[in-house]
Amino acid sequence: MAVDRRNFIKITGLAALGGAAGKEAMDALAQSEAKFSPMDNALHGKRWAMAVDLKKCKKDNGCKDCIHACHSVHNVPDFGNPKDEIKWIWREPYEKAFPDQENEFVPDDLLHASAPLLCNHCDNPPCVRVCPTQATWKRQDGIVMMDWHRCIGCRYCIAACPYGSRSFNWRDPRGADAEGKPYIKEQNPAFPTRMKGVVEKCTFCDERLAKGLKPACVEGCKQAALVFGDLDDPESEVRKLLRENFSIRRKPGLGTQPEVYYIV
Amino acid sequence: MIYDKEKIVPGIVVFIVLFTFPVWYNLAFGSGEGAPKPELPAQEKQCVESKEYMRTQHMDLLNQWRDAVVRSDMRLYLSSENGAKFEMSLTNTCLKCHPNKTRFCDQCHDYMAVKPYCWDCHIAPTE
Ligand code: SF4
Ligand code: SF4
Repeated sequence: MAVDRRNFIKITGLAALGGAAGKEAMDALAQSEAKFSPMDNALHGKRWAMAVDLKKCKKDNGCKDCIHACHSVHNVPDFGNPKDEIKWIWREPYEKAFPDQENEFVPDDLLHASAPLLCNHCDNPPCVRVCPTQATWKRQDGIVMMDWHRCIGCRYCIAACPYGSRSFNWRDPRGADAEGKPYIKEQNPAFPTRMKGVVEKCTFCDERLAKGLKPACVEGCKQAALVFGDLDDPESEVRKLLRENFSIRRKPGLGTQPEVYYIV
Repeated sequence: MIYDKEKIVPGIVVFIVLFTFPVWYNLAFGSGEGAPKPELPAQEKQCVESKEYMRTQHMDLLNQWRDAVVRSDMRLYLSSENGAKFEMSLTNTCLKCHPNKTRFCDQCHDYMAVKPYCWDCHIAPTE
């Protein structure tokens, strides 16, 4: 069909109108976005990661400072039963934490060490791929985040995670055991609990980063064995540590690209 | 033509009168007692949005806050009422001014028989 002058003007006029309406819609959208903003002192990163210096950590094998720091601030329940255990950060002996380090002989202090373990915030997280509701997803800054509002408790993610980083609430974390001892010893009212039927795990303290604070475990470690930072920044403390020390990761052969590095 | 008209029509009238009895009884003699009376903050006079907006839209606002905080990592809300910024937090912002869940939230929720599941996870202050 040949376009005559009349039609041409009609079409361009309509397109211009549509464009104006589109702009209006875009402005309205921008306005609604401006309603929300991050806090001024929030920490921003492109690839958050953690370096765990086992040489510093293993000095004190009974130490649970990082675990206490994390679990108390996040209302992590203690069901008093290893089968139902909820853990965001926990300890495991060297050979269990790194089963594919197959050297028969390793330094004694390493062999007898127990490593603090947490969610690796994998670059290629299998847990995210299997979640049917996007209750867990990878943020722009690398954090593998959880939205507990959206978790339906299917536990696919638990099956997918090769590191045991995720726990399921088989019981109501607000409840108490037979002797009336509450599962959460002391509630932190500033942070929510979870409910029965929901999965939970470490979130790299997203709520603290948003306020300019380092993760609770990093602050809680008196040995300064845990270092948190942005791998995208060559000047960051983690990058410096990893440049100067040899480090290993858990089950690297699986291709999940863990973002927690262990200096041995 | 309707069979038994003389029975059916008065029957319907009696039914309607009985069925709507609570409504017009309340209109005529009701004192409005039992209506919810949420306790308002003593100090603070200004909520994050206008009273009218909060009354009807607070559930939508809270849903928006939830998604903004959890899914987009946004933490501050710009009030269209007075341009002030608030941390988007049920426990750390709303409950600062309304510390008594029973005398504030529950008032209307119980009256309307709605059971929001906020409190399954978010901790209400001790009263
Ligand atoms: S460690 Fe497990 S839970 Fe954490 S990101 Fe990797 S696969 Fe997911
Ligand atoms: S248990 Fe929850 S987080 Fe895990 S896959 Fe299912 S919905 Fe997603």
